[in-house]
Amino acid sequence: MKLKQLEGLLGDLQQFSDPKVELEQYPTGPHIASRMLFTAENSFGDISSKVVADFGCGCGTLGAAAALLGAEHVIGIDIDSQSLEIASLNAEDLELDINLIQCDVKNLGWRGQTVDTVVMNPPFGTRKKGADMEFLSVALKIASQAVYSLHKTSTRDHIKRAALRDFNSSSAEVLCELRFDVPQLYKFHKKKEVDIAVDLWRFVPKVNQGKGD
Amino acid sequence: MRLLTHNMLSSNIKGVSNGFPLRIEVGKVVEKQVDFNADFLRNMFPKIEWKAFVDAAKTVGYAELPEEVDSSALESEEFLNKFHHALLELHLEEGALVCPETGRRFPVSKGIPNMLLHEDEV
Ligand SMILES: C[S@@+](CC[C@H](N)C(=O)[O-])C[C@H]1O[C@@H](n2cnc3c(N)ncnc32)[C@H](O)[C@@H]1O
Repeated sequence: MKLKQLEGLLGDLQQFSDPKVELEQYPTGPHIASRMLFTAENSFGDISSKVVADFGCGCGTLGAAAALLGAEHVIGIDIDSQSLEIASLNAEDLELDINLIQCDVKNLGWRGQTVDTVVMNPPFGTRKKGADMEFLSVALKIASQAVYSLHKTSTRDHIKRAALRDFNSSSAEVLCELRFDVPQLYKFHKKKEVDIAVDLWRFVPKVNQGKGD
Repeated sequence: MRLLTHNMLSSNIKGVSNGFPLRIEVGKVVEKQVDFNADFLRNMFPKIEWKAFVDAAKTVGYAELPEEVDSSALESEEFLNKFHHALLELHLEEGALVCPETGRRFPVSKGIPNMLLHEDEV
């Protein structure tokens, strides 16, 4: 699938109808979402024929993008049932098979590393401090191959240090810096927060090394 | 929810030492056709807990899988077809997943399991 085609399909998805501030519910726009997954697939081969998990899937944009690029099994996890209902409708519209689970990402029980790749746009932790780090920590435990994630550029050094030192990551690389439009959904958003600098990261979990699969 | 997902999850309630496999309570099972991908099946095979998988398939009404297999089965097209069907095409649409140690039910509605834990279970 061509990048433009992917972006077009993602642009038609339904997004949060009634976003919940405390859960940092805003969608990854089609421009960024399509490039994120396209890079994961075309530069690294981390998507097609893989088991992909979308952490904090919201209305399912990243998971849908993975499925459109040929992921064999996609699991979307979100804490919010309303978002999952929309994600389910989105998958149906695109005739994609996505397994959705309602759970807090940090509390879900996994039997080992059965997921290949995690893709996520976690809460930045502006409402609940450390939310982004919790997501990253779990993702690096679950994935056997790679984790793709978006984090505020202002936290770059902190993310890198935590990933390499505390979270079992053998490499942590910023693939590109993006401007992220966090739409002014919420009254408390000050003007300067509407367009923020965000890094697209690729992390490789350590346990994978030398295991040979 | 596919049986593949079931094979990946376990109960994570505080104090539970072995939350796998979650027992399946069937309300409704649906089938959705998926394109056959032999390479994916071969890669996935060593990661599957086979006994739990066979039991789960039986519970949702599919008894065609062999009780015991080794990787030589992957040479057989007939086996791969059955593996494919059970792993990817059978969905628990309504019902529940039940913690094997505590009996706590996690309801499944419209194919979506609700695995949220209560405060005292974290
Ligand atoms: C920034 S939005 C991203 C949504 C979607 N992935 C996308 O890219 O459009 C963050 C999502 O994480 C979910 N979320 C927040 N905290 C969570 C938690 N602890 N566990 C699971 N999901 C959570 C929110 O409901 C929201 O859908």
